[in-house]
Amino acid sequence: MKLKDIIRYVEATVYVCDELAEEEIISACGADLMSDVLAFSKERVVLLTGLVNLQVIRTAEMMEIKAILFVRGKEPTREMKSLAEEKSILLMSTKYSMYFSCGILYQKGLGRL
Amino acid sequence: MHYEVAGDDLVWAGAAASDLKNELKRLGICPEVIRKTAVAMYEAEINMVIHADGGSIDVDISPDSILVTLKDNGVGIPDIEKAMIEGYSTASEEVRDMGFGAGMGLPNIKRCADVLKITSEIGVGTTVEIQVNI
Repeated sequence: MKLKDIIRYVEATVYVCDELAEEEIISACGADLMSDVLAFSKERVVLLTGLVNLQVIRTAEMMEIKAILFVRGKEPTREMKSLAEEKSILLMSTKYSMYFSCGILYQKGLGRL
Repeated sequence: MHYEVAGDDLVWAGAAASDLKNELKRLGICPEVIRKTAVAMYEAEINMVIHADGGSIDVDISPDSILVTLKDNGVGIPDIEKAMIEGYSTASEEVRDMGFGAGMGLPNIKRCADVLKITSEIGVGTTVEIQVNI
């Protein structure tokens, strides 16, 4: 599934790095605990989280995560957008909850292999 | 490479791990080795900020391994074996709000390291040596 499909399925607003929308994503990780994310070792991942701080971007950077979807309408700060841009990580936000967002993407086939 | 880590800034912690990751990429090291090194160093750097008021990090890169040595002058770890247990944590609420402090840092470091050595003395400090083979 491409990032642009994910954006469409969860009706996300994209903040930075929308040029990555054509990137292929094969798995998702939903977590508010960054150490849980750091223990996740799949590739081409989108991270779904309700946590909004700079360490979310840092965690994604360490894990080579291509995109972060903030759930329940949460928005990244200016510093987060700037760091994500520097590290080429797409940031987006959806009005849907974590449970609902994960459900939609799973239903559409993301990470079911 | 040498890094000094400030102890009072959890918001910007991880800058040293980020810098090392870039350097390893530049050297053309294999992505899996970079991921393991970056994750282990990042968790250790966060620990250093949370528990020890910062410290210093030295990195030695040889043809067959990367050695990351983190030294702090913090309170020390009273029981290292207990600290290694997944879920055991002494972190504050503020740290948990940042998405850390759930007792997974050291287990994550152990998972990523090929060799992990921790020495600690109460009131003196802790040294963490992380070796990742190339």
